[in-house]
Amino acid sequence: MIHSLFLINNTGDIFLEKHWKSVISRSVCDYFFEAKAKAGDPENVPPVLQTPHHYLISVYRGKIFLLSVIQSEVPPLFVIEFLHRVADTIQDYFGECSENVIKDNLVIVYELLEEMLDNGFPLATESNVLKEMIRPPNILRSVVNTLTGTTVFAEIQGVIEACVRLSGMPDLTLSFMNPRLLDDVSFHPCVRFKRWEAERVLSFIPPDGNFTLMSYHVNSQNLVAIPVYVKQNINFFDSGSCGRLDITIGPKQTMGKMVESLSVTIPMPKTVLSANLTATQGSYTFDLATKILIWDVGKLNPQKLPNLKGTLSMQSGVPKPEENPSLSIGLKIQQLAISGLKVNRLDMYGEKYKPFKGVKYVTKAGKFQVRT
Amino acid sequence: MSSGSAFNDEKGGSSSVAEPEYGHDPASGGIFSSDYKRHDDLKEMLDSNKDSLKLEAMKRIVAMIARGKNASDLFPAVVKNVACKNIEVKKLVYVYLVRYAEEQQDLALLSISTFQRGLKDPNQLIRASALRVLSSIRVTIIVPIMMLAIKEAASDMSPYVRKTAAHAIPKLYSLDPEQKDQLIEVIEKLLADKTTLVAGSVVMAFEEVCPERIDLIHKNYRKLCNLLIDVEEWGQVVIINMLTRYARTQFLNPNINESLLEEGNTEGKTFYGSDEDEDEDEDEEEKEKKAEALAKRKPYVMDPDHRLLLRNTKPLLQSRNAAVVMAVAQLYFHLAPKAEVGVIAKALVRLLRSHSEVQFVVLQNVATMTIKRRGMFEPYLKSFYIRSTDPTQIKILKLEVLTNLANETNISTILREFQTYIKSMDKDFVAATIQAIGRCATNIGEVRDTCLNGLVQLLSNRDELVVAESVVVIKKLLQMQPEKHSDIIKHMAKLIDNIQVPMARASILWLIGEYCEHVPKIAPDVLRKMAKSFTNEEDIVKLQILNLAAKLYLTNSKQTKLLTQYVLNLAKYDQNYDIRDRARFIRQLIVPTEKSGALSKYAKKLFLALKPAPVLESPFKDRDHFQLGSLSHLLNAKAGGYQELPDWPESAPDPSVRNVEVPEWSKCSAREKRKEKKVEKPFYSDSEGESGPTESADSESDSGSGSESASGSEESGSGSESDEEESDEGSDEEEEEEEPKLTKKKMQEVKKPVHQSESEQSSEEERKPQRKPKSRKMSESESESEESESESDESESDESESEPETRKKKKVESKPSKPVKKETKKESKKEMSLLDLDDFEPAHSPQVTPVNAFMSNSLVTDLEGLSLSDDVLAPATISPSSSMKTFELLHRITGEGLSVEYCFSRQPFSPDANMVAVQIHFTNNSSSDVSNLHVEDAKLQSGMRVKEFPEIEVLAAGDTTTAVMGIDFCDSTQAANFQLCTNSKKFFVTIQPPVGELMRPVFMTENEFKKEQGQLMGMNEISEKLTLDSNCRNEHSIVQRVTTAANLSRVPCGSDNECRFAARTVTSNSLVLVTVATKPEGAAQLTVNCDKMLIGTMLVKEILQGLTQ
Repeated sequence: MIHSLFLINNTGDIFLEKHWKSVISRSVCDYFFEAKAKAGDPENVPPVLQTPHHYLISVYRGKIFLLSVIQSEVPPLFVIEFLHRVADTIQDYFGECSENVIKDNLVIVYELLEEMLDNGFPLATESNVLKEMIRPPNILRSVVNTLTGTTVFAEIQGVIEACVRLSGMPDLTLSFMNPRLLDDVSFHPCVRFKRWEAERVLSFIPPDGNFTLMSYHVNSQNLVAIPVYVKQNINFFDSGSCGRLDITIGPKQTMGKMVESLSVTIPMPKTVLSANLTATQGSYTFDLATKILIWDVGKLNPQKLPNLKGTLSMQSGVPKPEENPSLSIGLKIQQLAISGLKVNRLDMYGEKYKPFKGVKYVTKAGKFQVRT
Repeated sequence: MSSGSAFNDEKGGSSSVAEPEYGHDPASGGIFSSDYKRHDDLKEMLDSNKDSLKLEAMKRIVAMIARGKNASDLFPAVVKNVACKNIEVKKLVYVYLVRYAEEQQDLALLSISTFQRGLKDPNQLIRASALRVLSSIRVTIIVPIMMLAIKEAASDMSPYVRKTAAHAIPKLYSLDPEQKDQLIEVIEKLLADKTTLVAGSVVMAFEEVCPERIDLIHKNYRKLCNLLIDVEEWGQVVIINMLTRYARTQFLNPNINESLLEEGNTEGKTFYGSDEDEDEDEDEEEKEKKAEALAKRKPYVMDPDHRLLLRNTKPLLQSRNAAVVMAVAQLYFHLAPKAEVGVIAKALVRLLRSHSEVQFVVLQNVATMTIKRRGMFEPYLKSFYIRSTDPTQIKILKLEVLTNLANETNISTILREFQTYIKSMDKDFVAATIQAIGRCATNIGEVRDTCLNGLVQLLSNRDELVVAESVVVIKKLLQMQPEKHSDIIKHMAKLIDNIQVPMARASILWLIGEYCEHVPKIAPDVLRKMAKSFTNEEDIVKLQILNLAAKLYLTNSKQTKLLTQYVLNLAKYDQNYDIRDRARFIRQLIVPTEKSGALSKYAKKLFLALKPAPVLESPFKDRDHFQLGSLSHLLNAKAGGYQELPDWPESAPDPSVRNVEVPEWSKCSAREKRKEKKVEKPFYSDSEGESGPTESADSESDSGSGSESASGSEESGSGSESDEEESDEGSDEEEEEEEPKLTKKKMQEVKKPVHQSESEQSSEEERKPQRKPKSRKMSESESESEESESESDESESDESESEPETRKKKKVESKPSKPVKKETKKESKKEMSLLDLDDFEPAHSPQVTPVNAFMSNSLVTDLEGLSLSDDVLAPATISPSSSMKTFELLHRITGEGLSVEYCFSRQPFSPDANMVAVQIHFTNNSSSDVSNLHVEDAKLQSGMRVKEFPEIEVLAAGDTTTAVMGIDFCDSTQAANFQLCTNSKKFFVTIQPPVGELMRPVFMTENEFKKEQGQLMGMNEISEKLTLDSNCRNEHSIVQRVTTAANLSRVPCGSDNECRFAARTVTSNSLVLVTVATKPEGAAQLTVNCDKMLIGTMLVKEILQGLTQ
C-alpha cells in the first residue's frame, strides 16, 4: 500500500524520509516539486500525482507536505486519511505538527511511523495505543479523573471533543437534551452505533486522553442565527488610484454572551499598495507581500461598535479591481452553543469511583465569509 | 555535526557507498575525517556495555536514517546489539535492521536467530514484533524461515500475533512470488479466523496475493459481513472494497429492469440538448417499459446475502474515517438498488467539510456519481457552492458537480451563482466557469439564449483571458444554430483586432470561415488583415487562416483569389511542416490545375460539409466503469494492481456456496457450552446454520460487538472469554475444512494435524491436552475427545486431574523421538543448512504455562543429570564446589555486617530447567541477628526471570547459611538486579553471570558431535589461534582449564591432540560445541560452534583467557 513517506517543507527540503518496503530514491519527489512549482500556492498542488513508476499522494498540513509514494492501486482517500492521521498523531504527541517540532523529535516521529504502518498497511493509528508503545516526550500523569467535553460549534457543524482521564474500563453514556437537532453525525469508533440509532444516546468506553467523540451537522432548516452583523463599504476609485474602506461590526444574536477573539481578514486585490486606516478598537496589520489585511478586534463591545475606516492607496495606471474582496470573520463565544444543543447528562458504569465531569460550550466562526 | 551532515546530505539515499571513497576527493578531506571520527565514536558507544550510551548512539543513527543519510557502514556495530536486553535500544536496532538488511544481506543473517527466539517468547507482543521484523528483512535466503514462522504464527493463540502473520504474507509474497501456493493456504486458514483484529489484515493479504481466488471468500462471506462493524477502520476499507467485487460476481443486478431501460435510452441520448427536454417523456416511458419488463421477467428477488451486505455496511456511513465512508458509498453506488443509493449523498456531503485533499477526492467521485444519479445530490446543491478561499482545484471540481446537477428547475439559481464566480480574481477558475456556462447552455435548451447573451457580454470584459475563453465557448454554442446568430459572429469578427490569445483567434477565424455566407462582407476583410499578420501568428492561428482562405476561395473566389494565393505562398515557406503540408494540400485541392485529381471537384463538399456541433461532455462521463473511490478512477487510468469491477452475472451463481455447515458434534458441544456458561446469545456458526442469515443478522452483529468489547484488551489479556469462544468456533471451522484438505494433500497429512491442534488452542492450558487427540487423530472418537477437552479447559481442577497423564504423553512425545514434528521439520531442513533449525525444536517449551513447564522440564533435566553422572569425562558436574569461583554480592561493610557471596554451582536448578542455579552464601558478621532475608523488586531485562530462594527467617550473629536461587538470564550476560532485603534494610545487588555459566553440559558421542558441528559451520563457527601456557600443554590441564572457564562436558574423542566439549545454553537449548586442537610447540586452535553468535564470541574470549594464563 503505502511504500514510502517524505516530509517536505515549504521551501522544498526533505527533512524526513521513511520507507516501509525497499528504499525509493528521494529523486521521486522531483515530480512533486515540479507540480508544486506549477501550482504556485501550496493549497493548489494536486493531492494525487502520477509519475512513470509511482503515484504520489500528498497532504498539506502545518506548512509541511506529507508526501507518500504508492506503487499500486489503493483508495486515495485511504492514504489521505492516513496521512492526516499521522499529522494528528504528531500534533497529539508534541502539541503541534510543524517542521521544527518534527526535527526536534526526529527519532520519536520515526518510531511512530514505524509503528503506524506495517509493510505499508496501517497497524496502530489510535493515539492511546501508540502511547503505550512509544512514550511521548513528557506524559501527563494526572491523578484527578476528569472528563471535559468541549463543544465547539461553527455555522452548522460541530464536534464534541472529549478529554478523558479515567482509570479502569469506565462505560460512559452521554445524553443530550435535544438530540433531534442533530442531522448528520459521525462517531469515534468507540461509540456504539446501535444505541445511538435506538435511543439517541452516546454509549462508549473511552480511550484515554483527548479525542473527538463525535462530529455533527445541524439541519440547515433550523436557521442559523449569526451572532454578528457586518456593515462594510469598500470602494475603489477609477481616478486618483485610491480606495476607501469602512467596516463596522455589531452584535446580533449573542444571547447576552460576550463575543470574543473577533477578527476580520480581507485578502486585498494585488493592486493595493498600502492601507492607511484607523481602528476604534483593536489593531490592524496589512501584509505587503500577501496583501492580506487583518483586523484583530478582540472583544465586541455592544455599546461602542468597533469600526475600521480609512483609505487604501492603489497602484497607479492600473484599472481598478473589478471585484471587491470578501471578508472572513472569526469569532468565539464562550458558554454558548449556537445550535442550542445541550448535554443532558453523563453517566459512568463499570467503575466504582466518582468522576469529575465538566462541559464547556464554545461557538467559533468556521468559514464565515461576507461577500462584498 | 554540521559539516558532516552537510556532506552527507549530498549523498542522499545513494545507500551503500563505502566511506573510504571520499578519500579520493581532496576537497572533502577535512569533512571526511570528521565524519569518519563521528562514526567511530558511534561504534565505540555501541560497543560499550552501558545501555544509556547505546541508546544515545542508536538515537543518533536513527536520526541519520530519518534524514535520509547513509548509516550503512555501522551495520556490524549495530547488529551486535540485536540481542540487547534494553527494550528501547532493541526497538531502534530493529528499525535500523529493517532499513539496511537488504543492503547488507550477509551481516543481516547474524540477527535472524534472535528473531527466531523471539518467535517463541511467551509474551505475545514480543512474538509479534519478532515476526514483524523478521518478515521485514528483505533477504531472499531466509524465505523458508519466514514461511515457517508465518505458518506457525498463523495458528498462534494470540489474535495479535495472527494479525502480524497476516501482515507478513504480502511481504513474503513480494520477496518470493514462488511461495504463492503455500501462502494461499495460510490466507485460507486466516480467513476462517473469527476475530475482528485479524479480519482486515488477512483480507488485505488476500487482495495483494490472490485477489482472483474469490472462491476462498464464499465460506467466510457472512462472517465478514457480520464482523465488519467491529473491524478497525483501515480493515473496513479493504474488506468493503473486496466485498464489492465479490458481490458483483455472485449476485444479480438489483437494477436489472431499469438497466435495460437505460441501455435503450442512452442511444437516443448521445446528443446534447435532447435529454432534458425528453426527461419527462422518459419518465412515462420508463414506467411503461418497466411494467412491460416486469411482466416479461420473473420478479427480481434480492439474495439475502446481498441484503446482508447492504445492511451491515450502512451504519459505517457514520464513520469518522473518510476512507470508510467513501468505501461504503462506492459499495452502495455499485451494488444497491437505485432507490437506496440516495443514503450515501448526505455522508459524502459531510466529507466536503473535511480537509481539502479529502474534498478533492470526494468531489471527483461525486462528479462521476452525479452523471449517473443526478437526483441524489440535488437536495445538497448549495453544499457545492464555491467559497473564495477554496483552492482552485476544488473550485473547478465543485463547478463540475454544479454543472452536472443543473436542470430546468435550478438552472437560474446556478447561473446566478456562476455570475458571481466570473468576477473572481482567480482567472483559471473564471475560465472554468465560462466553460461550465457553455455546458449548461448545451444541456438545457431553455437557457441557451440567455447563456449566449451572457457570454457575449463577457466579450467586452477587460480581462483578455475571460474574453478568449468566452470566444471558444461561444464558438461551440454557435455551431448549434448559426443562422440565428450572424450578429454575434459579426461582433466576434471585430474582436480579432484586439484579442491576442491564439486559441480565441483561431476560434474566431474558424467561425468566420465556417459561416462565411452569414457575414459575406466581413469575411474577406478579416482574411486581408490576417494575411498581413500571418507571419507573426501562432501555428494554430496560421492553420485557421489557411482554412479561412480555402473556404473563402471556394465561396467567394472573386474577392479572395489573390489573398488566398498570397497566404498559401507564405505558408509554403513556413517553418512548421504542418503548415507547409496543409498549404500544399489545400492548394492541390482548391486551385484547379490540369494535374489536380478528381478530388478537387469535391473540394467544396469537403471543406463546407455540415459539421456536427461538438458535444460538451463532462470529463467524468463513463468514469464509473472504474470502481469508485479507487486510484484508477481518480486518474481515469488503470493503476497497477487494479482489480476490474466485474459485470453482474447473467444468472446468479449458486448461493449455497456461502452456507456454512455446522457438523453435528460441534453443535452439541456448543450447546453444552451454553449450558455451562449461561451464554444466551447464539454464536455465528450455529445461528447461520440453524436460521436464515437475514433474520439472524442483527443478533449476530450484536454478539459480535459484545465479544469485541470483552476482548477490548486483546493486547494484554489472553484467554479471555471471547477468546475461548472464538477458538471453539475456530475448531468447528477447522474440523470441517479438514476433510477436503486431507484428501487433497496427502503429503501434508501428517503436518496438518499439528497445526490444527495448535490453532485450536486459545488458552495456554489447552496446549497440553491438545496433544492427546494428535495421537488419536485417526481414530473415530475424535469428536468426543474434542469435547472433553473443551470441558477440561474451563475448569482448572479438571486440568490438574488429567495432568499426570498428559505430562507423560508430552514427555514421551517431546523427548525421545518427536515423530510427528521431526518429519515436518526435515522437509525444510535441507534448504537452510546455513541457519540452525534447532531453534525451532524447543518451540513449544517457552509457551507452556509455568506450572507445566516446571514439571516436565525438571524431569527432562533429571534424566540428563543421570546420563551425565554416568559420564566420567564430565568433570563439571562432579567438580567440587571448592574449585568454584565465588563472587561478592554484598560486602561486609556496605551490608552493615551482612556479607553475601555467590557462586554458580553448576547444578541443574530443579524447579526450572531454564534457569541457572546460583548458590548464595550469607555470613552474618554483625553482633545482632538478621531476620527475614529475602529477595524483592527484581529489576530485570525483558524475558529474564528469577526464582527467589525461600525466605531465611533468622540468621544468627556469626552464623553462615547457604541458599540457592534460579535466574533465567535468557542466554545473555546481562546482569540481574534485585534487592536483598532484611527485616530492616534493603540492599541493591547485582548478579552478573560469566558466559560460561549460561550453559549446561550435555553428553554426546563423537559422531553426534561431528554431525552437529557440521551443521554449525559458516558464521556460527568462530576459531582462534593461540599459544598455550607452558604449564598447560597436557590434555588434563587443558580439560581442566576449559571446564573451569565454562560449564562444558567433555566429548570422547579418538584423536590425541584434540579435546572436544559440548553444552547447551540454559534458556534456549542452543548447542555450544568447543574444540581445542593442539599442535606442537604449544600452538593450538580453539574453535567454538554455536548458533548464538554473541555467546560464541564471548565464550572464545573466556576460554582463551583460561588457556593462556
